[in-house]
Amino acid sequence: MQLYDMPDARGHFGQFGGTFVAETLVEALDELRMMYEKYRHDPVFLAEFAHDLKHFVGRPSPVYHAKRWSDKVGGAQIYLKREDLNHTGAHKINNTVGQALLAKRMGKPRVIAETGAGQHGVATATIAARMGLECVVYMGSEDIKRQAPNVFRMKLLGATVVPVESGSKTLKDALNEAMRDWVTNVHNTFYIIGTVAGPHPYPMMVRDFQAVIGVEAKIQMQEMVGRQPDAVVACVGGGSNAMGIFYPYIDVPNVRLIGVEAAGHGLETGMHAAPLTTNSPVGVLHGNRTYLMQDVDGNIIETHSVSAGLDYPGVGPEHAWLKDIKRAEYVGITDDEAMAAFHGLCRTEGIIPALESSHALAHAEKMAKTMRKDEIILVNLSGRGDKDINTVAKLANITL
Amino acid sequence: MSRIQSTFATLKQQGKTALIPYITAGDPHPKHTVDLLHTLVENGADMIELGVPFSDPMADGPVIQRASERALMHKVGLTAVLEMVKTFRLTNQSTPIILMGYANPIEAIGPKAFADRAKDADVDGVITVDYPPEECGEFVQELRSRDIDPIFLLSPTTEPKRVDLIVSQASGFVYYVSLKGVTGAANLDIVEVSARVAAIRKKTSLPVGVGFGIRDAATAKATAAIADAVVVGSRMVQVIEASTDDNLLDNVATLMTELKTAVDAATKSI
Repeated sequence: MQLYDMPDARGHFGQFGGTFVAETLVEALDELRMMYEKYRHDPVFLAEFAHDLKHFVGRPSPVYHAKRWSDKVGGAQIYLKREDLNHTGAHKINNTVGQALLAKRMGKPRVIAETGAGQHGVATATIAARMGLECVVYMGSEDIKRQAPNVFRMKLLGATVVPVESGSKTLKDALNEAMRDWVTNVHNTFYIIGTVAGPHPYPMMVRDFQAVIGVEAKIQMQEMVGRQPDAVVACVGGGSNAMGIFYPYIDVPNVRLIGVEAAGHGLETGMHAAPLTTNSPVGVLHGNRTYLMQDVDGNIIETHSVSAGLDYPGVGPEHAWLKDIKRAEYVGITDDEAMAAFHGLCRTEGIIPALESSHALAHAEKMAKTMRKDEIILVNLSGRGDKDINTVAKLANITL
Repeated sequence: MSRIQSTFATLKQQGKTALIPYITAGDPHPKHTVDLLHTLVENGADMIELGVPFSDPMADGPVIQRASERALMHKVGLTAVLEMVKTFRLTNQSTPIILMGYANPIEAIGPKAFADRAKDADVDGVITVDYPPEECGEFVQELRSRDIDPIFLLSPTTEPKRVDLIVSQASGFVYYVSLKGVTGAANLDIVEVSARVAAIRKKTSLPVGVGFGIRDAATAKATAAIADAVVVGSRMVQVIEASTDDNLLDNVATLMTELKTAVDAATKSI
């Protein structure tokens, strides 16, 4: 029985979430909410979603026992949920398949998206090509420089990539610009948000589409080891891969849920992207109320992380709620710690993880050392690191 | 009666439409803001919308976003804006000042403390772009209990049922956003706006202001014929952006005179 039942009808997780948008968007969100309510339990819609996840995405993704790495770390056994093996290389595709199916049903011929690292942009461009939808992706010009291969992938897939020059020229500014596009073209455009943030129903809807990760993991863990893990660990930027794996575990007792934020150069330096770990104040941004990195005047401050996908000043409202009710714990991992875990996994397991996922790996490594050999940590390996090789090479002063 | 309400009442007796210019506080530099406010009044502003700079102005186009960025370079936040209003009030106690901005700077202070400080600075109205009525009941109560008017936006996509909800929360006036899009877009359809404004009037006796997309004398005049107030934002900010310290006040005065003449020349069709 599912005891946990959030959000409420208007998208609130306690004080968090909600619908904080300009009036022009209210009708579009009402329409989306009604359509999603209509289809979220519709057997035909769900069958189509499941079919695409199986045949287009390649699900279920395996759970893998990283035995050599566990032995090397010494302590608990570390298992990896292999979202890196999905088509397009990350968990992001799960959600874009779901939202694109909804866009089709709503008769919207055009989809837009924001992207930071480019993974959500690529996932959106991919499904748009597959379904014959026009696709425009907003991306900060700083991120375009950091993630050139993903920009080219989106273009190959027929998407238009619009550089965003405002603000800090990163993910949050791309989100602002996508919102502006949506306000202007709301009649024919579906906005595919890539994370569990934004106005209601996005945090709930994205969570639901990503929950396939945790649903599969529960079955797979039972089959592999006959029980559920002692802890589930996932990285948190906006928090979609973490919500996806956490959600089916919320009502399972004795499974610790741990979200790993980007501590950047270190929490004490202020150069990070860890609003939960640092107890940032509550505020309103991008349509929802949540913990936000901000100055005394309520202006959003610049964040830092080696991984573009975690470089976001807020966090999905459901994570804020899970922190407050103490169902999940949130910690920070620095750029350096993430890089060390990245190299560790590459060399002992033959898996190149995304820099985002490397934050979760680094924390799992820390935890494992304090645990018994018969205890189990399940890490959501949310993406593969092919997109990051330029960043890693640059950090090592290597020219490719 | 609030200052906004009495201003509308006086204009109505004269058969006139209010002209409401918008500027962003602190743009191009905080040292100019109070002078700009006085210049706007001297050249025909009946009320003023004063923008509170915000790092992520999602409902604004590039022109007003740049204004926010210029102001934020000088650290102009909500506290500094309230100080500017206080200074303005030293020599002007008659022109309504309406703060326009986003929810987070208010959240950072807290709705009650903000309402206290806005009252202390003698602010008359507040427009919070991303506080729809469903999410800001407490805030509206805090404002109204201090005689500050909460002003809400209505858009071309607002359903008739929501218009009822919004006008039940609003006081002072309601602000009809004349187009789908961000501030500064240039596709005002006066026939459609006219029909929408007429529909809003059937649901409320509050004055109806119209903004977004009013760029020149012609659009100001056409809008003035059907609205109780004409709001000019991006055009004003563009003139500020293109000015130097030396000609800033003159350029703003010139644009205001042009707009005021146009608004006053409109034949009221209401």
